[in-house]
Amino acid sequence: MLPTPSTSHVEFERVYEPAEDSYLLLDTLSSESEKAFLQHRFNNASIQSSPSPLVVEIGTGSGVVLSFIDAHAEIIFGRSDVFTAGVDVNIHASKATIQTVRVAEKEQATESKSHGFYLGNMVGDLATALRVGEVDVLVFNPPYVPTPDLPTVLPKETRDSFEADSHLLSLSYAGGEDGMEVTNRLLDSLPQILGEKGCAYILLCAQNKPEIVKDQIRKWGDGWTAETVGNSGKKGGWEKLQIVRIWRISPGSAIQ
Amino acid sequence: MKVLTLNFLTCAVKACKSSSASFPLHPKDCELVSDTIEANPALIYNVLPRVDWAALITTASELGFPTLPAQPPTKEELEADEKMMGELHTLLLETQISEGMLRCGNCGHEYRVKEGIANFLLPNHLV
Repeated sequence: MLPTPSTSHVEFERVYEPAEDSYLLLDTLSSESEKAFLQHRFNNASIQSSPSPLVVEIGTGSGVVLSFIDAHAEIIFGRSDVFTAGVDVNIHASKATIQTVRVAEKEQATESKSHGFYLGNMVGDLATALRVGEVDVLVFNPPYVPTPDLPTVLPKETRDSFEADSHLLSLSYAGGEDGMEVTNRLLDSLPQILGEKGCAYILLCAQNKPEIVKDQIRKWGDGWTAETVGNSGKKGGWEKLQIVRIWRISPGSAIQ
Repeated sequence: MKVLTLNFLTCAVKACKSSSASFPLHPKDCELVSDTIEANPALIYNVLPRVDWAALITTASELGFPTLPAQPPTKEELEADEKMMGELHTLLLETQISEGMLRCGNCGHEYRVKEGIANFLLPNHLV
């Protein structure tokens, strides 16, 4: 098992604290099957040019997932020349992620181990600032809890710091109808955002109706498909979690 | 944020996406800081094939870096040209934008960079 990056410096009053969903992403991304998939796709000597992959996490929160990918790039991708970048709607989450990556990279360096190349974090609304066709691996642990309303994306203008912090935290979990309103916006942009070999790892809970979500992706055409590649186990209850991988099978291409 | 990030970003305004003027964003009044990073030729060789070179030329010139050649150097050229390798190492890997603005060449909107973090949230009238 690869070590989980430290997030002890993060202010969890206003930044989402790593939880079962975060750890499921770590376990899935470092599983044998996903390592094999990612290495075949992004570190394959039989494919003539294999430029450095770009990994973008949307909604980095504490930064535990992005720093894990960055620190363990060589084990996950079979190469350490992997570029990583993060986006979060919450400025405090972006600051926390920068620190978490710094600590994780330092830890790797102390043990004379490699790490990826972290470009930085931005504040933004999902993938709206990303250039078309650049992202190779997109990771998203969305606000997936069904809620009657969605919080506004812009920070709340209030002098009450508790209210401001609560609003920021609500952005990390409140998902509106079926808990899918934010995820659906991201899914709509995926075919533009991802590069030719691009893939996405998105966390869903049972109430998001994952089977329907996957069916809809398979109807995009153009080779797009989706499979569940990680699962939190066979527990009951509404928070049963899974990781869905979304990618494109190009007909006639060496990449599957 | 590393200067290289500008190669992967555009204006967040939906109507700007189809305009070539929205890429790259133009740094304005930017303060730069430099991290010391060990030489990593493999990283440079492997990122160059995916860099939009014309955009990088623009970014480098706007930030006051030495003028880049019109075409990206090949691996062989870089191996033979220590100076060019050093300049690309500084520009792509070491330099960060810490403060300033990023302006869209299409709509003119300016995104603030503070403490190395660019803010792409749009005011309500631009969403």
